[in-house]
Amino acid sequence: MKKLVLGLASALAIMVATSASAQDKYKACFIYLGPKTDGGWTQAHDIGRQYVEEKLGDKVETAYLENVPEGPDSQRAIERFARSGCGIIFTTSFGYMDPTLAVAEKFPDVKFEHATGFKTAPNVTTYNSRFYQGRYIIGKIAGKMSKTGVAGYIASFPIPEVVMGINGFLLGARSVNPDFKLKVVWVNTWHDAGKEADAAKALIDQGVDIITQHTDSAAPMQIAEERGIHAFGQAFDQIEAGPNAQLTAIMDTWGPYYVKKIQAAMDGTWKGGEQSWDGLAEGILAMAPYTNMPDDVKAMAEDTEAKIESGELHPFTGPVNKQDGTVWLKEGEVSDDGTLLGMDFYVEGVDDKLPQ
Amino acid sequence: MEIAQNILLTIATAATPLLIAAIGELIVERSGVLNLGVEGMMVIGAVCGFAAAILTGNAWIGVAAGIAGGALLSLLFGFLTLSLATNQVATGLSLTLLGIGLSGLIGEGFVGKAGVRLPTLDIPVLTDIPLVGRLIFGQDPIFYMSIALTAGVMWFLFRTRAGLTLRSIGDNHKSAHALGIPVIRYRYLAVMFGGACAGLAGAHLSIVYTPQWVENMTAGRGWIALALVVFGSWRPWRVLAGAYLFGAVTIGQLHAQALGFGIPSQLLSSLPYLATIVVLVLISRDRRLTTMNTPASLGQPFVPDR
Repeated sequence: MKKLVLGLASALAIMVATSASAQDKYKACFIYLGPKTDGGWTQAHDIGRQYVEEKLGDKVETAYLENVPEGPDSQRAIERFARSGCGIIFTTSFGYMDPTLAVAEKFPDVKFEHATGFKTAPNVTTYNSRFYQGRYIIGKIAGKMSKTGVAGYIASFPIPEVVMGINGFLLGARSVNPDFKLKVVWVNTWHDAGKEADAAKALIDQGVDIITQHTDSAAPMQIAEERGIHAFGQAFDQIEAGPNAQLTAIMDTWGPYYVKKIQAAMDGTWKGGEQSWDGLAEGILAMAPYTNMPDDVKAMAEDTEAKIESGELHPFTGPVNKQDGTVWLKEGEVSDDGTLLGMDFYVEGVDDKLPQ
Repeated sequence: MEIAQNILLTIATAATPLLIAAIGELIVERSGVLNLGVEGMMVIGAVCGFAAAILTGNAWIGVAAGIAGGALLSLLFGFLTLSLATNQVATGLSLTLLGIGLSGLIGEGFVGKAGVRLPTLDIPVLTDIPLVGRLIFGQDPIFYMSIALTAGVMWFLFRTRAGLTLRSIGDNHKSAHALGIPVIRYRYLAVMFGGACAGLAGAHLSIVYTPQWVENMTAGRGWIALALVVFGSWRPWRVLAGAYLFGAVTIGQLHAQALGFGIPSQLLSSLPYLATIVVLVLISRDRRLTTMNTPASLGQPFVPDR
């Protein structure tokens, strides 16, 4: 009995201690899909986390968990964070959607931010980046730079985010070369350097002379460099892997968003149920320097970037047909965000059957 | 027809690390030890190889470091399972976890760095022969090592006295011990050979296949190598056939996708595994094939009575 009392007392002491320290510092926590040094998606989020520490300094304490698999398994990881005194938890991959909502229901006082998803709750918001804006720009560059008129796209999983990227890229390419073709290879992984390299080789062997990817490693860039063709960096400036191959890269810059939302959470102005979807204009994504291309292509890319940033140009503007030839957007019509976020069809010109 | 050669070259590159790791594990299992830590030793080989190659600027030193890293980690496995007679399955699994964690720690400073690539063979005239020149005379040195390794292991197992002794230990360690054969010493050497091979396979990934370091870059190849040993029913040339079949289906499905046949990509992605299962089922129908080659004391700890 004495032992039990002692145990309870010490447990209580620990609880008091943690709550005291929690009052001093606000705790922001991050769930990562890959290792924080993956050279791609997860690293971009971790740089955002470091940006938070730099900007908010002593007021905030951050924590993260790496290599958390998507799906039901992630629920335990998120719940562990929710129990350990995190004020706000960022779950940084699409596959954490339902687990995030499940934990959020159990912990109504903890704030949750889920990246790239579409479901919210009173204490869950979603945030995303308009990657398709960057994809449209690189598509235009590809349309100008490709001699064969065929690009290769290394895709991960057939989720709306990836399909939207493929469509955005092709629309960009077709805006300068109406006959442009796109070959898509699904590798069904986010992160397998060898497999991504194999896919790049297969695509190049079949005559594409520009590679772009929606997977996390720099391997396709390396293969492009080795075979003397061009490629685009993913999530991250990959110029080191392809000094002669990289044309530009779509860089994820989450830092400012994280600072804004953590500050709001500390100030008590954070609101649940919101869906944030920022783009080039808000600085949540940025283009790496345009290199290895003639000046006129560079000028075109910069011009496109400026027009998208100012809102003058929306990549998904009609006329656009679906893959089967039916009309999706009429002349001048702009797609609404809902359709984009749930995108499950290809636009005309994609040389692939969308996996269902 | 240049594309055919390119496809074959890609298949060879994909199959080489699987083959090397599987051949190493084959020797380990032939001695009666089951080391499930191939994935861990492989990933350690990849990070050690990459780091050493970058620090010295010499890809060959990287290859040597990869081999050493894998062998060193296997020595730990050997100490636990052979000297302390721990459970081999549990120890092997934890070796994989240790390898993945440790490699992440070692590799933290090397992420995103451009690696050093091992040059491919280039013999004037011969390499330029159309269709087959690069396939036979223009690949990376580790490819040739993998073929030599398979032939060497075949010769060792079935043509030398030491090979016969190793197989007899794998079949019945008690009898071998009674005959005065140093069971533990043989097994230590076999385990280290397996570790060295896994390390070499890992170094192939980070120095030849994709010269870069990313965490978990082996991405399950160690497990495939383990399956290939069973697939090849503990016979070197069958393991080679299995590795190349697996590589061919993996690369073939990527080409099928790029050609746009309209076959669901999820089905195509699972083809290599389906093919493996189908062959395993076919092999298992003939009981003689499987039971005759399976080392009878596989996975059983051995404690010599004093």
